[in-house]
Amino acid sequence: MANKYLHIHRLRRVYVWELPVRFYHWLNALVIIALIATGFYIANPLAIQSQHEASGQYTMGWIRYIHFAAAYLFFFNFLFRLYWGFVGNKYANWKQFLPISKKFFKEMWYVFRMDIMMLKGKEHMSIGHNAMAGFIYFLTFIAFLVQCLTGFGLYAPMSTWWLPKLFTWVPAVFGGDILTRQIHHWSMWFFILFAVIHVYLVFYHDYVEGRGEISSMGGGWKFIEEEVFERNHHQTPNPEN
Amino acid sequence: MTNDASPNTQPTYYQEVERKGYSRRDFIGFVTMMTAFMGLEKSAIGQVAKALETKPRIPVIWLHFQECTCCSESFIRSSHPIVADILLDKISLDYSETLMAASGFQAEEAMKNTMTKYKGEYILCVEGSVPTGADGVYCMIGGKTSMQILEEAAAGAKAVIAWGSCASNGCVQSAKPNPTKATPIHKLLKANVPLIKVPGCPPIGEVMAGVIVHLVTFGKIPELDRVGRPKAFYSKRVHDSCYRRPFYDAGLFVETFDDENAKKGYCLYKVGCKGPSTYNACGVMKWNNGTSYPIQSGHPCIGCSEENYWDNGRLYERASAFAGFGIEANADTLGKVALAATGVAVAAHAVATNVRKKKLIFELEKEGKQSEQELKS
Repeated sequence: MANKYLHIHRLRRVYVWELPVRFYHWLNALVIIALIATGFYIANPLAIQSQHEASGQYTMGWIRYIHFAAAYLFFFNFLFRLYWGFVGNKYANWKQFLPISKKFFKEMWYVFRMDIMMLKGKEHMSIGHNAMAGFIYFLTFIAFLVQCLTGFGLYAPMSTWWLPKLFTWVPAVFGGDILTRQIHHWSMWFFILFAVIHVYLVFYHDYVEGRGEISSMGGGWKFIEEEVFERNHHQTPNPEN
Repeated sequence: MTNDASPNTQPTYYQEVERKGYSRRDFIGFVTMMTAFMGLEKSAIGQVAKALETKPRIPVIWLHFQECTCCSESFIRSSHPIVADILLDKISLDYSETLMAASGFQAEEAMKNTMTKYKGEYILCVEGSVPTGADGVYCMIGGKTSMQILEEAAAGAKAVIAWGSCASNGCVQSAKPNPTKATPIHKLLKANVPLIKVPGCPPIGEVMAGVIVHLVTFGKIPELDRVGRPKAFYSKRVHDSCYRRPFYDAGLFVETFDDENAKKGYCLYKVGCKGPSTYNACGVMKWNNGTSYPIQSGHPCIGCSEENYWDNGRLYERASAFAGFGIEANADTLGKVALAATGVAVAAHAVATNVRKKKLIFELEKEGKQSEQELKS
């Protein structure tokens, strides 16, 4: 009886997120959490009441150490992801992030109507991330860049290594460390807001599409309906095309 | 003020030192101190002494525009009397509104003479910013605007020194809304003259003397950083040489100015110290003959040698006001509001999803249940 209107989908397994992408994703998540937590502490340290001599403590020092260590991980991880955008599979390709084609904009508009305006239409747009998500990730890459530039710019005078020294021009552009530090702090909020929306949308897509969105970043698999698969021998962003 | 001779027949610095009645010992003491301030090795002491003994004095024109004269005050109070006595007061200064005896026509004449006779040889020191609003009428001396005076004087200068934050980056008079359009001089210099920025409000007297002695000794400008400040004095943050730094690393901070931690001399970071963002030599050279500096006296660094420090946040807080969102809102208040708004939006979206996509979700669930049923049977 249920079969009258139900069509049981046959799902086809697609290996969407390769292991390096998954590794990048979770390392990134981890270091960003560490950077935000330690960053908040550095910006406004807790009031410690202590009977010990200052020489016996290194609280701020350790927090900053974690921040800088995480920053290096973040930076190299970011570089790796950029590299993977050229050698990885098509879902990881750099073209997924840049709104350079008409098709890309069309799909972004479609996602906007479907997921934000909640209009009727076909749910399944992309197999990797949709155009809207790709564009938002592009913005996060810009934010990554801002944080790396301002962060290493502020760190450079403390370092003797040539790598951070490459960033000494950054505070000079902003007229000093004061404004550079503020930009670094303001940009951090983008990461927090992004994380909230990102996690919500992962649950949302898993819920309304039933394709294993949440687990895809664990095993790398997404499950695509056979008929959608047939329709998209290669990835077509917009099913309306 | 003798301006008749060419610089080659001018007396040397040492001759003037002797003439003023200083002993050789005083002179060597001065040289040693200056060498140390410039961050040179001990072996350079002889070089500096030799230069001051043999090189004729360099004429200096010292212009005052939009400023409070705190730079001059700082300079004449630098710890060794020879600095004020010889370098500035008695020998070099051909024109300085504050310190010269002449006034009116005579003063203008003295400046003109120096500019023509020592074209390409004199050092131009500029104290204060230049107002460019209303064609520069906000600062006029001898019937000329400061823009004109700067342009004329800089054209024939060997080097230009921007004394203090006013000349280097505009300081308080260029803070918003900057009604006179006060402009630091590096933005106005048309002539291709080397410029040394010596920011600070005021700069440390010994730093000022060190810059001049460097010019005299080596005949060229000191090594500058990216922003144009002498590396010898501005390459380290106040934070890096702060004697309270161990408290910072330990995480021990003054919470309010009257608390127990303040009495213990903890780090002033949380009461707004800008030491971690300020490049200056205060922690090493200190002020008033090495007596103290703001942090040592229990006051946070206000970052006076940093660009735009009046607009870049408050003096007693780390977090800065967020422009356009009221004076009490900083980035974190704004962030929290945005976070709450995002939370509300996400919740609303979740509810809307269950309403608008009810059929879809129902079908997905039904499909899942159907499979479950089939598996059971």
